[in-house]
Amino acid sequence: MRCDFADLLLHSYFDSELSSVDAEKFGRHVERCADCGSELVNLDLLRDRLQLAEIYEAAPASLRRKISAEIRPTAQTTPKSQPLLWHWLAAAAALFLVAIVLLRMSPGLRNDDYQAELAAEIVDAHLRSLQPGDVTGIASNDERAVKGWFDTKIKFALPVHDFTNHGFGLKGGRLELLEGRSVAALVYERNGRLINVFVWPTPGPDKSPRTGSQRGFQWVDWRQDKMEFCAVSDTDPADLEQLRQLIHSNT
Amino acid sequence: MSELDPEDRERFEQLVLPHVDAAFNLARWLLRRREDAEDVAQEALLRACRFIRGFHGGNARAWVLQIVRNTCYTWLEKNRPMELSVEFDEEVHQQSDATPESLAIAGDERERLTRALEMLPPRYREVLVLRELEGCSYKEIAGITSIPIGTVMSSLSRARRQLCAVLDGSPGEEANREM
Repeated sequence: MRCDFADLLLHSYFDSELSSVDAEKFGRHVERCADCGSELVNLDLLRDRLQLAEIYEAAPASLRRKISAEIRPTAQTTPKSQPLLWHWLAAAAALFLVAIVLLRMSPGLRNDDYQAELAAEIVDAHLRSLQPGDVTGIASNDERAVKGWFDTKIKFALPVHDFTNHGFGLKGGRLELLEGRSVAALVYERNGRLINVFVWPTPGPDKSPRTGSQRGFQWVDWRQDKMEFCAVSDTDPADLEQLRQLIHSNT
Repeated sequence: MSELDPEDRERFEQLVLPHVDAAFNLARWLLRRREDAEDVAQEALLRACRFIRGFHGGNARAWVLQIVRNTCYTWLEKNRPMELSVEFDEEVHQQSDATPESLAIAGDERERLTRALEMLPPRYREVLVLRELEGCSYKEIAGITSIPIGTVMSSLSRARRQLCAVLDGSPGEEANREM
């Protein structure tokens, strides 16, 4: 039925994917070969049918709206409902991962492996954040309630304080699984912006604070009393330092 | 999504937003349901936004479509793994509305073509959609689907043959055997 010569070459010819030399050669073949000639006509008919039927499906307006809403600057929107809050916090956690990875990296090591690893971790964290049910936490400004919630879940004495009087309102806490271990995350709000304070036990000695920034997020990291603290936010670095001092003197 | 760096947002708007239609169209044909396609295309586009710094120039449409394609396959593996394991299977026909019978009685040409395309295995469907609807070159298709260019050619040729067979009213069995 079909010419043996045809198949792949025929399709490449039809799709203008042959080099000019090969196309010319095949063009001469088609002139002599009735099978290939009729096959080309069929391919043309099929392409016309697909084009004429207008089966291309453009994106619905709702998709464009959702994307625009997501990439809009978030400063003016304050998360109110709880699922949204967790969603937000988990997204912040993804950025925390950026900070953590950067802490362990010297600048010279920015290679593809690192990019891939980082990307994978961020995707995982983000995927978790898309499933509010999977991010367990407590939303409360009551330090005793938050501490009580953590006490049943972590094996170290997490200092939990509400610093509303100093402008850092306690919003709650949750657990994050980072690099295979459970990490406590305390959430504060400062002028409508959220600050995550990640805390995990460490055998190391106390260490003075180190600061940095990544993608518009600031972080400050320090060790005290066998715990490592890392506060991350997009607030003013001075705010982070103030919160660090409050935590430091109350721990 | 966390707050976006203004520079990243601008890049996203310039590089990715022009391809929202292409993203949705590919997702729609891979997943076959508009509602699913909208969700998955959204997920993929936001992923492109997060990784916008990882795009170092070149073909933005192919880059976006590659992310969409990967996101669709991950979604299918999770939600409808059967569709990826079968090549041309009656069960898949039953899951969609497309059967040779429904094709025969389908009212208009658009519906007939839609159902016929939906009957093809996803790997054939995607090369056809990328080539015939999106106008991608073989090289672009190879990049988007991560399959060698030779396999793109053979998939396309088989996909077209199968689509013709389905449209001509031959039962799926025959189209399959012809491969």
